[in-house]
Amino acid sequence: MKKYFLGIDLGSTTSKAIIIDEEDRIIGRGITNTRANYTVATEIARLEAIYNARFSLLKMKLEDETEHNPEYKRYISDVESVFQYLQFKRRLDRLNVQFRETIDETYGGERREKITGFIEHIVKGIGPAILLEYLNGSLGKKNPFFRDIVSEKYNKEVNELPKEYFEPMMLVYDKSISHVENELTNYDFKELIEHSMEVLKEKYGGMDVSGLKEHITFVANLDIHITNMVGTGYGRALLPFPEKSIRSEILCHAFGAHAVFPGTKTVLDIGGQDTKAIQVDSHGLVTSFYMNDRCAAGCGRYLGYIADEFSISLNELGPLAIEATNEVNICSTCTVFAAAEIRELLNVGQKRSDILAGLHRAIVMRAMSLLARSGGVRNEFTFTGGVARNQAVLKYVSELVLKNYGDDIKINVHTDSIFMGALGGAMFARRS
Amino acid sequence: MAKEVAKERSMILQKEMITGLFKELGNVKETGKKVVYTFVPGNISELILSFGMLPVYPEINALQSGMRKKSGDYIRDAEQHGHSEDVCTYVKCDVGMMLNGNIGPTGEKIPNPDLLLLSYTGCFTFLKWFETLERLYPGVPVALLHTPYQEAHKITPEMTAYMVKQLKEEVIPKMEKVSGNKYDEEKLKSLLRNSSKVEDYIVKIFDTTKNRPSPIDAYFAGVYYIGPINSGFRGTPEAVDYYGELYKELLVRIDKRLGPITPEGEMEEERFRLVVEGPPNWTHFREFWKLFYDMGAVIVASSYTKVGGVYDMGFRVNPDKPLESLAEYCMNCYTNLNLQQRVELLEKCIVDYHADGFLVNSIKSCNSFSAGQLMIMQQLERKLEIPTGFIESDLVDPRYFSYSNIKNRLESFFQMLEQRKMILTR
Repeated sequence: MKKYFLGIDLGSTTSKAIIIDEEDRIIGRGITNTRANYTVATEIARLEAIYNARFSLLKMKLEDETEHNPEYKRYISDVESVFQYLQFKRRLDRLNVQFRETIDETYGGERREKITGFIEHIVKGIGPAILLEYLNGSLGKKNPFFRDIVSEKYNKEVNELPKEYFEPMMLVYDKSISHVENELTNYDFKELIEHSMEVLKEKYGGMDVSGLKEHITFVANLDIHITNMVGTGYGRALLPFPEKSIRSEILCHAFGAHAVFPGTKTVLDIGGQDTKAIQVDSHGLVTSFYMNDRCAAGCGRYLGYIADEFSISLNELGPLAIEATNEVNICSTCTVFAAAEIRELLNVGQKRSDILAGLHRAIVMRAMSLLARSGGVRNEFTFTGGVARNQAVLKYVSELVLKNYGDDIKINVHTDSIFMGALGGAMFARRS
Repeated sequence: MAKEVAKERSMILQKEMITGLFKELGNVKETGKKVVYTFVPGNISELILSFGMLPVYPEINALQSGMRKKSGDYIRDAEQHGHSEDVCTYVKCDVGMMLNGNIGPTGEKIPNPDLLLLSYTGCFTFLKWFETLERLYPGVPVALLHTPYQEAHKITPEMTAYMVKQLKEEVIPKMEKVSGNKYDEEKLKSLLRNSSKVEDYIVKIFDTTKNRPSPIDAYFAGVYYIGPINSGFRGTPEAVDYYGELYKELLVRIDKRLGPITPEGEMEEERFRLVVEGPPNWTHFREFWKLFYDMGAVIVASSYTKVGGVYDMGFRVNPDKPLESLAEYCMNCYTNLNLQQRVELLEKCIVDYHADGFLVNSIKSCNSFSAGQLMIMQQLERKLEIPTGFIESDLVDPRYFSYSNIKNRLESFFQMLEQRKMILTR
């Protein structure tokens, strides 16, 4: 039986899971937003990584066939999208039940009827719209987490309703979403994948997929045996893992980054609540590290706060900042003061993109100071963490690293940057 | 780990000494003894004692208030009195204590100063501290002994002569006036003879960490060991007895291969040996210590235990040259060394005591220690390829001790050391 290893990174904002095989190859990834119930967050990320691993194994198995038949490749990719949608849909159905319970508990008479009607209308609309987005792959630009997907659509609809219903509708949502988010929904992989194929029957009407079925069944029934696992991240002490399976996120990030880019000497990790500057030796062993203390300005949460101030989604921040033509100088990087500064700048007529560019630069300056305190940047430099996906942050990090430490510094960023901690954890699991 | 900690004879001795001193301070009205406020770094207590006066150390009072959980309120009162958030918290704690009746750790009132003796000027805050005290005790005389910094990596004869001149022309005349006694060089020499013996003992005591397991923790327990010499007992026969007794006890521990004593008993397994730079946090001292001994980490050397004087590099007071010795002693305290000298001293500690890691506890409100710490850390890391760690807290301001932040960093640091050990032994 093949052995697989799991790494879980329970961060302050997102929980990540990575599954690797015996050659340290990533075969499964799972990510969800961290919520009050850490066990649920971990379990969701873990299950997602296992489902993702099944799809990865399926793709590996079908490599030869998909090469000759590109349609198969597209089909499998669509099956995976619909599979994800069906998980979403099941949660949405559960949320719908919760909505009704909340309404019954909170409102009566005509108000109850009205609100029930609005909710029915909204929920009915969300499902099909989301299916399309899953199939078009357009969810990627946003946060693909259940709460974010639903709240975006929900808020939009609520804004169209008569004003007096705004507060009751938001109350119903707030009371219901946490409840659903903190419970675990069970799925049967085989059942969901068959259902996915059913959904796609119409789209791929003419295509003979009988040859794939056997492989799909094989992968669905495959026992993905997790031989060992390691947990890391801020919430690691709360993970239901034995003590020896808990590792510090500093070590895991460094180990993961070093595995992906073996030339790494300095790692900058910007996560939800902390920024870490880590120096590693040629074995990927940490020699020193420096973290922000007492203030989370400059981390992912700061960006989230800024996005809220601008009423845009987190993923829209970077692209907007990149469009800047005249970057504004931001003095305050305090998260709380930033809001006041933003309003002041908007008042005096500064452009949103220029302000955003200034904000991005300001937070990168903080990271640069942390890097300097940790001993500077040594070649090669690897940038990890969720914030590394923000193009504007990446732009300023690259600019300032090259400017301060020389043009010959090689800068590494991986599409899996957010998973580096979980990857390091999985690699520790394989080695212990 | 055993929960009951049997008190060693040296611990009882130390307690008796400190209680006796505070009792004596409480009785100055009856005995007519004069009181001199002075600081731990470069404390020329022998000179104070030679005039029959009693020393009081505001820093020691502040750290005691921190350990007794009183510093938070004292600091608040000092801030209400106009001291800003960034002022050294020892100062604010001390000022707050005075505003609240100046009650010392034993519950007795600490007498007002008859003289403020500033014998170490390397910490600029000390100057401002005594300016504040001068205002709080109007009319109190101040004696200032300017201590040249070891900028050129050494103490030159001119520097010593400069300080001796100040002792003769500024400090001694003021002490004669306040105490009503004449300067007695023979008495000073006899006190310095005791100091020299104590300095020998201190070196031997802190050198016991060469053993595996180390019989002492040179930071958390180390601060107790340097208690007598830094709180009024330099030059006294009691100090010679105390340190002789302590050393004897340690030889027994080494013989029995016993590890350090912690508040929860003997540390059974020594997993990590560390050298620590910077003062400890006093408000959460026990919690802070526990984070180390729970992980089997023992501190084999610390710069903080050298704050009152550095003897590792060979310096001893010379009773035959009393004033020169006092001058050189002042110039030789840890924070008066230039940064390169500190690096060399710490490097010697890391190598001699076979440390696995180097850790900095950076204190928010202490410039004397904090300035240059990152440079020290990076130089040691590069030179010795030793894993380093950096945590931040404060002396006595409880608002700046974040247990979870420190725990998180220490966990990472210990895992880093463990991982390194594992890989390197393969």
